[in-house]
Amino acid sequence: MNPLLDVDNLGKRFGGLVANEGISFRLTEGQIVGLIGPNGAGKTTLFNCLAGFYPPSEGTIHFRGTDVTGYAPPQMARLGIARTFQIVRIFASMTVLENVMVGTMLRYKRVPVAQERARDALEFCGLGGRIELPAANLTVAEQRRLEVARALATEPKLLLLDETMAGLTSSEVQEAVRLIKAIQTRGIACLIVEHVMEGIMPIADHMVVLDYGRKIAEGTPAEISKNPAVLAAYLGE
Amino acid sequence: MMARRRNAMILAALAAACILPLLVTNPGHQNFLILILMFAQVGVAWNILGGYAGQVSLGHAAFFGIGAYTSTVLLIHVGLSPWIGMLVGGIVSAAFAVLIGWPCFRLKGHYFSMATIAVAEIMQVMFTNWEGVGGAVGLYVPLQQQGWEAMVFNTSKLPYYYIALALLAATLLANWAVERSFLGYYFRAIKDEPEAARSLGVSLTRYKLVAIAISSFFTALGGSFYAQKELFIDPGSVLTTSLSIKMALVTILGGVGSLLGPVVGSMLLTGIEEVTRQVFGGSGQGTDLILYALIIIVVAVFYPAGIMGWLKQLRQRVFGARERK
Repeated sequence: MNPLLDVDNLGKRFGGLVANEGISFRLTEGQIVGLIGPNGAGKTTLFNCLAGFYPPSEGTIHFRGTDVTGYAPPQMARLGIARTFQIVRIFASMTVLENVMVGTMLRYKRVPVAQERARDALEFCGLGGRIELPAANLTVAEQRRLEVARALATEPKLLLLDETMAGLTSSEVQEAVRLIKAIQTRGIACLIVEHVMEGIMPIADHMVVLDYGRKIAEGTPAEISKNPAVLAAYLGE
Repeated sequence: MMARRRNAMILAALAAACILPLLVTNPGHQNFLILILMFAQVGVAWNILGGYAGQVSLGHAAFFGIGAYTSTVLLIHVGLSPWIGMLVGGIVSAAFAVLIGWPCFRLKGHYFSMATIAVAEIMQVMFTNWEGVGGAVGLYVPLQQQGWEAMVFNTSKLPYYYIALALLAATLLANWAVERSFLGYYFRAIKDEPEAARSLGVSLTRYKLVAIAISSFFTALGGSFYAQKELFIDPGSVLTTSLSIKMALVTILGGVGSLLGPVVGSMLLTGIEEVTRQVFGGSGQGTDLILYALIIIVVAVFYPAGIMGWLKQLRQRVFGARERK
């Protein structure tokens, strides 16, 4: 079976700074993959390469069999890669519904259709009761979920979630976990950057661990939690 | 219900606007009303790019000038009706806007605004030295023909008033249609969070170019109208930076990204200009500029959403209080 996403020997340098180097991994359809690593390990850089925000310095990215290396974000979105941001970037002057409509408009340019689809996405993410509110009035947890709804609205095959659980209470983390599982049942794969281990460990099918811009380990959550290289990276030697 | 009341209000406003010049018989006052409509119209056009898409242009005089020069040159040399010349001017201006937008949109925020100033300044210098279009002397609109066909009226200001009103209505209608379509959502998304918009499939360059093309098209229509009304154009009147600033100012004062903001802004700003001109006369050159500056400071500090934003706040306060009772 062809992988949905195939990252091969990916590297990203900013001048002399090596942010990512020689990263390879695969992700199959509907899989949840956790991407972890200490601060500054290069997780967000990798995300930005995958979503088209940075052109990689070396290596290739294949998505659904197409070489998408160096594609711009709108092209990536059209092909089916959607993302959220580590620091939320909601459209603050718009209502919750309008925020998500910008997402649905990628596939449905007619306003009434876009509106209908946006309602569905918001309902799915548990924001059905917040539709008419100005997006800026939502709590941080709700704004995070709004970003997920907006990304889902583009009808992706792969969702890149950048620390969607950071700063949430443990009951909010449980809600986020439920939401990600529900997304998976729709056949959408998720690549999740996360520091909240109780959030990511139970749901990930596969884990990729970065440190100093390189992949240091890969495997099931159980394997990863026993991997000596991972323990060394997190706890220090 | 809401829609019906809104339609009734639009019809009432339109009827009032149609009757108003019949009650005002003084040609000077009629001219004042025409100026209000004209600056409202270019303000609404500016708002599409500057207000909705958030790309603050301070070089819109370039588009206004292209409109004025295109229709006038075509009229002088080819004898083309200014009605058609106006549309040609709009199209030429939109094409020019896309051409200069391509490099300028690589710049963000203030840097984009500075680039637009440069473009307009270059245009003014070029036209001042271009003998083929009258150079610094300018161009006179031929007066052999008069009446509706030629869009030249010597005996009465009224026809100009109605043309300006129709132009404003058409521009408002276009703006309203854009606002309600996916373009309106994309423009606001680009203004709020460009990176997030990109991640949702919005190509920033493409949609900024769409915004500047629409905006410059309608600005150019205003330029052609100005040429027919004044019957004389030169770089100092239709390509000057102060014109660019006024287009931005009526919108910022009235309310950026609000449909009727520029109309309200134009009433106030044009009013201030006329009053200072009458009160201070020739000796008061620049008094209106001092007032401009004051207005900018007051709006920026106290009412960043403009008059329309302030009215909205006021309404919420009044209705909110009523609900509490």
